[in-house]
Amino acid sequence: MAKTIAEINEKIKAGKAVVFTAEEIIDIARKKGVSRAAREVDVVTTGTFGIMCSSGAYFNIGHTRPRLKLGGGRAYLNDVPAYTGLAAVDLFLGANALPDDDPRNRIHPGEFNYGGGHVIEELVAGKDVRLVATAYGTDCYPRKRLETWLNIKDLNEAVLFNVRNAYQNYNVAVNMSDKTIYTYMGMLKPELGNANYSSAGQLSPLFNDPYYKTIGIGTRIFLGGGTGYVAWQGTQHNPDVPRTEKGIPREGAGTLAVIGDLKQMKPQWLVGTSVQGYGCSLTVGVGVPIPILSEEILEYTAVTDADILAPVIDYSDAFPQLKPDKLGEVSYAELKSGKIRVRGKDVPTASRSSYPKAVEIAAILKDWIKSGEFLLTESVTPLPGVASGVTIKPLNERPIED
Amino acid sequence: MIVTKRIVLHFPRRLVERPIIYRLVKDYDLEFNILKASITPEQEGLLVLELKGNQDEYDKGVRFLVKAGVKIQSLSQDVTRNEERCTHCGACVTVCPTTAFSLDPKTRLVLFDNEKCIACGLCIPACPPHAMEVHF
Repeated sequence: MAKTIAEINEKIKAGKAVVFTAEEIIDIARKKGVSRAAREVDVVTTGTFGIMCSSGAYFNIGHTRPRLKLGGGRAYLNDVPAYTGLAAVDLFLGANALPDDDPRNRIHPGEFNYGGGHVIEELVAGKDVRLVATAYGTDCYPRKRLETWLNIKDLNEAVLFNVRNAYQNYNVAVNMSDKTIYTYMGMLKPELGNANYSSAGQLSPLFNDPYYKTIGIGTRIFLGGGTGYVAWQGTQHNPDVPRTEKGIPREGAGTLAVIGDLKQMKPQWLVGTSVQGYGCSLTVGVGVPIPILSEEILEYTAVTDADILAPVIDYSDAFPQLKPDKLGEVSYAELKSGKIRVRGKDVPTASRSSYPKAVEIAAILKDWIKSGEFLLTESVTPLPGVASGVTIKPLNERPIED
Repeated sequence: MIVTKRIVLHFPRRLVERPIIYRLVKDYDLEFNILKASITPEQEGLLVLELKGNQDEYDKGVRFLVKAGVKIQSLSQDVTRNEERCTHCGACVTVCPTTAFSLDPKTRLVLFDNEKCIACGLCIPACPPHAMEVHF
């Protein structure tokens, strides 16, 4: 029955592709059986909408008259510093960047009201953004100061480039200490007062293709409300972790680096985010289509929340001290029930990742494919798999002696 | 009939030093629970109260407050959700001490029941897209 991506694309162009979301496919596989479902279904769409810190964007703002070289100088977008180490008028803005005068955690927990992620959201929303830049001046780039409004429509390029998104599984964060802590996983109350998790579970892209059989470099995706591509494996990509019988990683594993034209994205899918006591970030919408090339792939996409296990980690000690200790494992079905059991205690749960928005992303991507406007791409090369040797290592710290 | 209501009282400067709440207990037999109290630099007082008592006495008590010059708002108007910014992630659900946020079990949309809200303000900085707003 093996299908090819080219065959599926022919059906998409003819408006005849059979597409379901990763949520809908669960019942279809159950009712029809895997082999019939695999024959009938062409594409399964996934989605996730969560805080994705390793996100950013680069811009080419166009040359000034007389010329000015940002490279080696300083540049601020709405007071948020942008990286100028590229060339004359290229800038990179990271989602976590903060204004120099932000009080940060001086009064703990800091509020982190505005940072790089918020600038990206405002640009995408079509709002003017203030650029203030200083340069040192050269014979060929003599100008030293620039203060101007920028609008995304006037930029030569505005490209979202997120070096680590769509984590395949994530920790469930709890706090075993006796005081409240403020983490990137949210406020954690003392003595197992709450448990926070962050994954769309059964809808999340990499849970539906756990061994990266279809998702690879060059895969066209839903990114921030527009289209984008998988550029590379994300940083910290770590495929060789303990997995369940069905191949689902039991802890953080694969990641995606994604790229796309910011000009065609939408602010409701790239939301500037404040993490109390931690910093600023960007909430990113990502959706990946999975071509049903075989029964095996359909079986992967039929994964349910009950099949996916996540480790429970103490963010007062094990996480900050980089200790491997786990307090246990829970399924996403348990997490979504509203409470989990940790060390004999019922702990209320909350999600950091929006499931309703993940559903919406998978549905939008499904509509794009069904209407023939979104074709699948053949990946150029697969993401590094379990046997690739690609792994995440802690820093080998070598103190510098004077 | 016994009623329990949550209200926000704004005291003008001239009333800040008068024992207004004492009169509610003494004259109208109302139980009170202070949820929040502050005096701003302009010396206006803000008090968020839960009042419990007989409906008739409650109405009389409120009339007394209004006559004394206190501005009264129902609490549920004070904390609102910006529906455009809310992403329905659910981060607020365990932050709220009075379970004003819950998840619709089917859609997993976050429901906000402002009748349960006591305007403690914990959700304001905890909401990642800053969708919760307080208007005192």
